[in-house]
Amino acid sequence: MTPSPAATDRPDTGALRPRPAVRWSAARRSLADRPALTLAGILVLLLAATDAVSPGFVTPHQLSTTLLYAAPLGALAAGQTLAMLTGGIDLSVSATATAAAYLIAGLGAQGTPRALAVALALGLVVGMTNGIGIGIFRVQPLIMTLGMAGVLGGALTLASLTFTNGVPVVPDAVHELGSGTVLGYLPLNTLVWAPLAVVLLVGLARSGLGRAIYAVGDNPLACRLAGVRVWQVLLVTYVLGGVLSAIAGILLVGYTNAADLNLATPYLLQSVAAVVIGGTSILGGSGGYAGTILGALILTVLDSLLTILNVSQAGKQMLYGAIVLGLAWIYARTALVE
Amino acid sequence: MTDPSAPGLEVRRPMAAGRAIRRSAWTVTIVGLLGALLVVEKLVHPALNVFDMQSLVDGALPLCLAAMAQTAVVLSGGIDLSVGPMMSLVNVVSALLMTHATSGQAVLIALGVVAAVVAAGALTGAVIVATGVPDIIVTLATGFVWGGLALHVMPIPGGAAPAGFAALMTGQLGSVPSGLVVIVAALAFLWEPVHRSPAGLALYAVGSNRAAAYLSGVAVGRARVAAYALGGAFAALGGLALTASTTNGNAASGTSYTLTSVAATVLGGVSLVGGRGGMIGPVAAALLLTLINTLLTFEGVDPNFSLVVQGAIVVLVVMVAGLVLVRRRGA
Amino acid sequence: MRRHLTPAMNLLEVRGVSKRYGAVVALRSASLTVAPAEVHALLGANGAGKSTLVKILTGVIRPDAGTIEMGGRPVHLTSPASAPGAGLAAVFQDPSLVPDLTVRQNLRLTGADSAAVRRWLAAMDLRVDEDDLVGDLPLPLLRMLDLARALAREPRLLILDEITAALPADLVERVFLVIRQWREHGRSVLFISHRLVEVRTICDRATVLRDGADVGTLTLAERTEQHIVALMLGPMATSDDAPCPVGPDTGPQPEAAAPDRASAASEARLLLEARGLAMSGALRGVSFSLRAGEILGIAALEGQGQDALFDCLAGNRRADAGEIRVAGRVLAPRSPYDAIRAGVVLVPADRAHALLPQRSARENIALPLYNRATRWGLIDLRGEGTRAGAAIARLAIDTRAQRQVRRMSGGNQQKVVVARWVAAGFRVVLCFDPTRGIDVGTKRQIHRLLRDLAGAGAAVLLFTSELPEIALVCDRVLALYEGRIVHELPAQAADEATLLRLVHGLVREEPVG
Repeated sequence: MTPSPAATDRPDTGALRPRPAVRWSAARRSLADRPALTLAGILVLLLAATDAVSPGFVTPHQLSTTLLYAAPLGALAAGQTLAMLTGGIDLSVSATATAAAYLIAGLGAQGTPRALAVALALGLVVGMTNGIGIGIFRVQPLIMTLGMAGVLGGALTLASLTFTNGVPVVPDAVHELGSGTVLGYLPLNTLVWAPLAVVLLVGLARSGLGRAIYAVGDNPLACRLAGVRVWQVLLVTYVLGGVLSAIAGILLVGYTNAADLNLATPYLLQSVAAVVIGGTSILGGSGGYAGTILGALILTVLDSLLTILNVSQAGKQMLYGAIVLGLAWIYARTALVE
Repeated sequence: MTDPSAPGLEVRRPMAAGRAIRRSAWTVTIVGLLGALLVVEKLVHPALNVFDMQSLVDGALPLCLAAMAQTAVVLSGGIDLSVGPMMSLVNVVSALLMTHATSGQAVLIALGVVAAVVAAGALTGAVIVATGVPDIIVTLATGFVWGGLALHVMPIPGGAAPAGFAALMTGQLGSVPSGLVVIVAALAFLWEPVHRSPAGLALYAVGSNRAAAYLSGVAVGRARVAAYALGGAFAALGGLALTASTTNGNAASGTSYTLTSVAATVLGGVSLVGGRGGMIGPVAAALLLTLINTLLTFEGVDPNFSLVVQGAIVVLVVMVAGLVLVRRRGA
Repeated sequence: MRRHLTPAMNLLEVRGVSKRYGAVVALRSASLTVAPAEVHALLGANGAGKSTLVKILTGVIRPDAGTIEMGGRPVHLTSPASAPGAGLAAVFQDPSLVPDLTVRQNLRLTGADSAAVRRWLAAMDLRVDEDDLVGDLPLPLLRMLDLARALAREPRLLILDEITAALPADLVERVFLVIRQWREHGRSVLFISHRLVEVRTICDRATVLRDGADVGTLTLAERTEQHIVALMLGPMATSDDAPCPVGPDTGPQPEAAAPDRASAASEARLLLEARGLAMSGALRGVSFSLRAGEILGIAALEGQGQDALFDCLAGNRRADAGEIRVAGRVLAPRSPYDAIRAGVVLVPADRAHALLPQRSARENIALPLYNRATRWGLIDLRGEGTRAGAAIARLAIDTRAQRQVRRMSGGNQQKVVVARWVAAGFRVVLCFDPTRGIDVGTKRQIHRLLRDLAGAGAAVLLFTSELPEIALVCDRVLALYEGRIVHELPAQAADEATLLRLVHGLVREEPVG
């Protein structure tokens, strides 16, 4: 978290390299100044490319499907964004989402409201435990959430053995929420995601908590000395992350209509990828949710494009790796040039 | 031991105990814990025999090597989230190449794979140094790539390993499980020479305080690349251990090792910010985690429960460590 | 080319070196020559380019243009590792020892000759256990160790960058002793310091940098301090020194701490009282009181407990015993939050401990406004803007780089830290060496601001490592020695010589309070 080592390390890496081509540096600058705009441009380009490859892709129906796919990832990446803005990381988002999904399926028979309440409560408890560990006991976020993911994963496996006694059912209402649409094309899960996104966007930019989250990510010691109660900020951040992950799990299980032990597992790395593509620094203190939303949409459209192009899962994975690395590089270089 | 007449020059020594013990207190504790657990288990279950020891070591070998890979990187101030996928990749590639190989050829293949992975590790390190992108992001991305490659090489499990090669890593050497020999050899011939050399000092130095190391004239970039290359060597051995123990290839075989290697590293007393810790601790921690797993299974507890226990142990241990830190700071 | 003062053969010859970072020019064109057997000072206000030039000379960064010659041969430094080969060795501002390695390992890391290091330490009357972890050693000792390590390399030119900044006076003496020996052996030193008194004591010549270029090289014995300061500040600065001049460097001592101010303060309300504050090893029963409108100075050598005193008053660490009262009410802060709520705020020594580098000046200033959960709702942007804007105007902060505080100059950053508390409001401000590493002009502004704040009814506790500052800014002064207050005296009586004796614990009197 100390900026100085990197700073002294830089002179022999970046600062003395010959200046890149003008066009390239202009692209980078636009990414630095208006990341959201640039990312939106990339998204449009991707949509156009997909439409070119598979004419008729940009239809209300397909866009609706894209939103449907993107919403759970968007919710999951929201928690990840908050954690990364404070300079941490949350590796338990997917385990929390899976656990929430499991509870929905397992308790579905006992009534939807109850199942939803229990699933959200689980997110709250997981987030609070993470927050207590990280905020009060000063455990590194990586370790704390890693341990939490292990505990949840094991507990889930155990639980799955007991659940097989009854019949896991995803309540119809949840299924409808996760896969249905209104007005023909608008996915219901987007109606859950959109208000969350608005609250997060406004909250990060215009609320005291939002300021505190950025501040803690930028310099926790300065926050402490300025009287900011860092542990409270961290606690609330991870509680929000837990609840957001649970919501993502609910949307996800509604979509698949069945819970399995690896339901949300692939989304862990994708959540990090969405945040990184969105331009939030893993070191904390800069970035925001707008970028993450676009990152989630870009990943989703890209996935469709690659599927249309018949790229294997293996190929997709490698490409995602390359994209994350490339974008992270561009962001790092723009920060350096500034 | 400074001039007493100079005020403000007293050396802070947190504990009166011997320096050597203080500095390796954590490792001693973990090793002691491991020993105690073994003894207790032997007393409670006299039936525990050499065969169980063998299966413990066999089961622990990939994790021990994964933990060593992680430790080499963490000590230099980085973190490697691609350890697991890299082990998968090594597993499928070696299983594919060894399918029709003799044991002798298998060893050559293994050596070639190790060399390739060392190069890949060095490349990862070079990318981190050259781009200035945080380690966690770069290795996450390379993890995607290795995992994708593994899947590409072997979409469904397959391949094979000759029995002689399998025995080399998971058999017995005399009455000693050869896994133990592999671990000791990795420590003695891979880690110790580095550890004792100026390169090892540089590795610790860049992990401890990169700016100070740079000003001291350490080639910071080179040391970080070396750490990732060394990590690659251990990760390759870990992947080969997977091939030897399962005698086939599976693109998902290494997945869990990313997270458990970090757990073992932390539990082994290595500071995640770098510069502090050793190699014995993480190896002992990996054995300890596997032993707990084995014992729980032995006690008839559902094997999945051990995941819960592992996670809880790691969280509890780091919480206690955190509490100690908070206390000390408050004092 | 300034050759008129130099002997025929120069040891170091720097010509027209420049360096820019993006659009920012750090060094326009600097030239410098150091003769054999010379202690040469490099002077300049903050931002003049001193640290950039030092970094270039030690291989930390590479120049865009210009040449460097050692003994007539061009040298090309690519990294700090390449400096010793050119006959250069440096002691940096920040210790370049690795904390998690032992002293012995650190010496091995750089290939230093440990017998030679021990000899140099002995020459400075110091001994170090080589099996100690560097992280366990106190900062002044690390500095000395760094120096000994640099000396052991037997460089032809030793570069000392602000080596005395964190050193107690007795260690400074030992450093000077070694420098003199070094010169007698025909070796040279490039000495960088803000303290003109030290420069005059130890150096032969000085090169002054201003705005990234050298503006003159002078033989110190021939020039007055006013002349040097004028050269450092340039033609602009001489106009505004009347209200609050600084240090003995700037000329005749003004009647800074006027007696009428002190007597007015004695009737004012007690804002801060400390009773028997103790912290293991660091503080041994410190008691004092501070009134509204008063500036109380703390004078101490490094490591006499001033850090602990400020930390426990600010709530950053807890005292083992004793009582703090703020405006009559007991304060037992568990964290800085509690102290700040009671109106006690801290301006820490290191700006890196106070600022959010990636955030704007405005967010930095507004930070304390969101320090509790009840204030986590929506922000009143207009109200915040007014408060932050007023503080920025009051401190005359240069807002050109305000989008990210890390791009502001050091002096402006320090002002942002103070502006934060001006905007948030406070009763007592604890200033820990607020002018360390700041140029003369900004120093004056900060002195004036402290007087303003006190004039408006605040109480100021000021620790400063520059003793002359005390007489200039404070009303009263406490001398702290080995965790105790050994003496109290009015600021007008606190001339440098008296203070020096007191901080060395040489006047044993009844502890005050």
